[in-house]
Amino acid sequence: MVNKIKIKKGLDIPLPGAASDSVTVDSSTSLFAVVPDDFPGYTWKVGVKAGDAVRIGDPLLYAKEDEEIKLVSPVAGTVAEIRRGERRKIEFVSVERNGEQTQADFSDVKDDILKLLKRSGMFALMRQRPFDSVPFADAVPRDIFITAFDTAPLAPSLMSEEVARHYDAGIKALAPLTSGKVYLSVPAGSGISSQYAEVYSVEGPHPAGNTGPQIAAISPVNKGESVWTLDIVTAARIGRLVTESRIDYSTVVALTGPDMADPHKVKTVAGAKLSTLLAGQLVKNGGHVRVISGNALTGEKVSVEKGFLRYPYRQITAIDEGDHADEFMGWASMAPSKYSVKRTFPGFLNNLGKPYRFDARIKGGHRAMIMSGEYDKVFPFDIYPEYLLKAIMAKDIEKMEQLGIYEVAPEDFALPEFVDTSKIELQKVVRDGLDYLRKETL
Amino acid sequence: MKGLKKKIDSIKPQFEKGGRFSKLHSVFDGFYTFLYTPNETSRSGVHIHDSNDSKRTMITVVIALLPCCLFGMWNIGLQHFMATGNPSREFFSLFFYGFWAVLPQILTAYIVGLGIEFIVAQIRGHEIQEGFLVSGILIPMICPVDTPWWMLAVAVAFAVIFAKEVFGGTGYNFLNVALVTRAFLFFSYPSKMSGDNVFVSLGGEKAVDGYSGATPLGQIASSTEPGAAVTNILGDPLSFGDIFMGYYPGSWGETSTLCILIGAAILLLTGIANWRIIVSALCGGLLMSVVAHNWASPLYPVSYLDPITQICFGGFMFAIVFMATDPVTACRTTIGKYIYGFLIGAIAIIIRCYNTGYPEGAMLSVLLMNCFAPLIDWCVVNSNIRRRMKRMTVKNS
Repeated sequence: MVNKIKIKKGLDIPLPGAASDSVTVDSSTSLFAVVPDDFPGYTWKVGVKAGDAVRIGDPLLYAKEDEEIKLVSPVAGTVAEIRRGERRKIEFVSVERNGEQTQADFSDVKDDILKLLKRSGMFALMRQRPFDSVPFADAVPRDIFITAFDTAPLAPSLMSEEVARHYDAGIKALAPLTSGKVYLSVPAGSGISSQYAEVYSVEGPHPAGNTGPQIAAISPVNKGESVWTLDIVTAARIGRLVTESRIDYSTVVALTGPDMADPHKVKTVAGAKLSTLLAGQLVKNGGHVRVISGNALTGEKVSVEKGFLRYPYRQITAIDEGDHADEFMGWASMAPSKYSVKRTFPGFLNNLGKPYRFDARIKGGHRAMIMSGEYDKVFPFDIYPEYLLKAIMAKDIEKMEQLGIYEVAPEDFALPEFVDTSKIELQKVVRDGLDYLRKETL
Repeated sequence: MKGLKKKIDSIKPQFEKGGRFSKLHSVFDGFYTFLYTPNETSRSGVHIHDSNDSKRTMITVVIALLPCCLFGMWNIGLQHFMATGNPSREFFSLFFYGFWAVLPQILTAYIVGLGIEFIVAQIRGHEIQEGFLVSGILIPMICPVDTPWWMLAVAVAFAVIFAKEVFGGTGYNFLNVALVTRAFLFFSYPSKMSGDNVFVSLGGEKAVDGYSGATPLGQIASSTEPGAAVTNILGDPLSFGDIFMGYYPGSWGETSTLCILIGAAILLLTGIANWRIIVSALCGGLLMSVVAHNWASPLYPVSYLDPITQICFGGFMFAIVFMATDPVTACRTTIGKYIYGFLIGAIAIIIRCYNTGYPEGAMLSVLLMNCFAPLIDWCVVNSNIRRRMKRMTVKNS
């Protein structure tokens, strides 16, 4: 029997530029990097020197708090650069792919699944709630939540033949690590099933595919508990690792967005350098282009020249920066194409669901929270977001706990941030709140 | 347009820190963002944003107020012409009489209110907030036409400083600024705010015989005969149609139920006002009117009004559409909004019917519920907290 969840609150943003199904293979990229900022919750230390030879799965960085947790090389080759920024903070460790793509050997930890996950870098690909960080090494998760789809703007499907072959083995391997259950949330009507997980079919607009609302609907996180979350692609990687002893960081990336010349998919490897991956892919229209590794709501702004494909390694979005738009009296605009969930622009009459070329402007001034109930309409949790946000801004830990901060991650506030009339940086507020809470309570 | 933009950009440095006019930075910024939507792009979090902003929101409310405002001007002229025995009913002469009568009020409210906003924004180093764009037009509309401009200036200054800026500005005030202005005037200068001589602009001319400037609610409250028919200023009975259209004296922006309903339609259609507050306030007001009407007593003459006429009179409709729905001072939770709206409606009618000292209760009712809105929200949010705590203890036991 499949359990059903219907998520009503949310919003599918009509951004144009969905990737077609055609998949090309990226053979020109030779530089790949691991960015420690993608793995919050630990302090990462470098374990290699430039020039060292590494295989796929050999550690590049390890966690100061638990040296068994590694960030590994996605390719075989030589360590090219360890880039440090201000105060010697590690910005990235890059590896030049060359020679035969040999695999690291995990035979000594084959029977200890937790050790295997930590050593192979798979552990760092998972997340935990509370705190939205890489899981704490010593805590046994109450449950594990796996999502089989992504509903973010222009997000690609996560299922492929490769993933379908291996994910259930991954779930089987993960099941003993939790004291509770493994839950797999699948899109309604997809027919994805699992022998080892409790399957929930989820229906609704974004953020239905995020683990946050899924957990909220299945079994919310309480104070003192923790759960792990991951996507089905990571589950498949784990499955392949345990069944075939092969570690696989290859990934299919969707090139999306209005400024992508030919939106399609590219098969490459996690951490690929963007200058080669995106060569000739961006539209040149005279203005600045913002390239986002990830989706337009939660992705990371990256530089095409210097940047790399960032976690979770599955989507790149390109939109206009819009910083020279100089829109005259935008507040009075009667332009029929403007997109707003409010109906204050005439556009609502004719462009419901029609694609709208968003640019990166915030389209207004920063204000205090004025409108009420805006966030609630796109926030499918049994939480009062305005009150939680105010508690975070006031650094009132007791109130944050009471209002449900343990149940949320910054990404859950992406849609509220999008619709916010007052243009408050909500995801940043929540990130800071989680970090503060963690510092004060652990 | 390119030339204008270039010109503005060229003088911009003078208004920035260290520039010649750096003390006017906020003012410059206010005008700049008025002319050009900022090109600021997102630095963290989401990369794309909804087009709606605070300016658009406030301007939508001002547009929703326009039907009431324009009708109010025309009606001032109508009442004036009737009172002075001028037979002309020419649309533009009526309208412009009213327009010139209230223009000083509108200008006073905006100049004083925005002036204070500009100064405070500059001191705090903030952007100028748009909240007063709405308050500035609301305030004259809920005052009698003959309110002296200096009274208005004092009241606006008091309200903006003590009801808004001391709490942190737009978004932090707990009382509706326009209503605080009205309440300040009402309690400080009662002779200019109520009675039979303030709601019709005579403009120094002599009134015709048989003229009485009492508002319908004023007439009923002072009548000795229960259920007496209300009349216009010349003593002719008012039909329901006249009442619905608003052809009677009163605070000049709030007499026409029709125009208020048009405004409500604009606010609800654009999604700016919350329908829950308006609907539940209407329910509360109607229910209370039915109760009052059924158990009407000669002691309280207003209670004889039939429920529909009751809510069409005075400032009730205006208050529930434009005052109660102010998102900053209303309840923020969904359940809270129902309770808040219902109580505003009910209390407004209670005050109107059973407190013979005040012929109208809408203003006091909204202000009272403004004070209770945080408490209502606290209860609603607390039930959510209790649910969460219970879930935790069940799990952990």
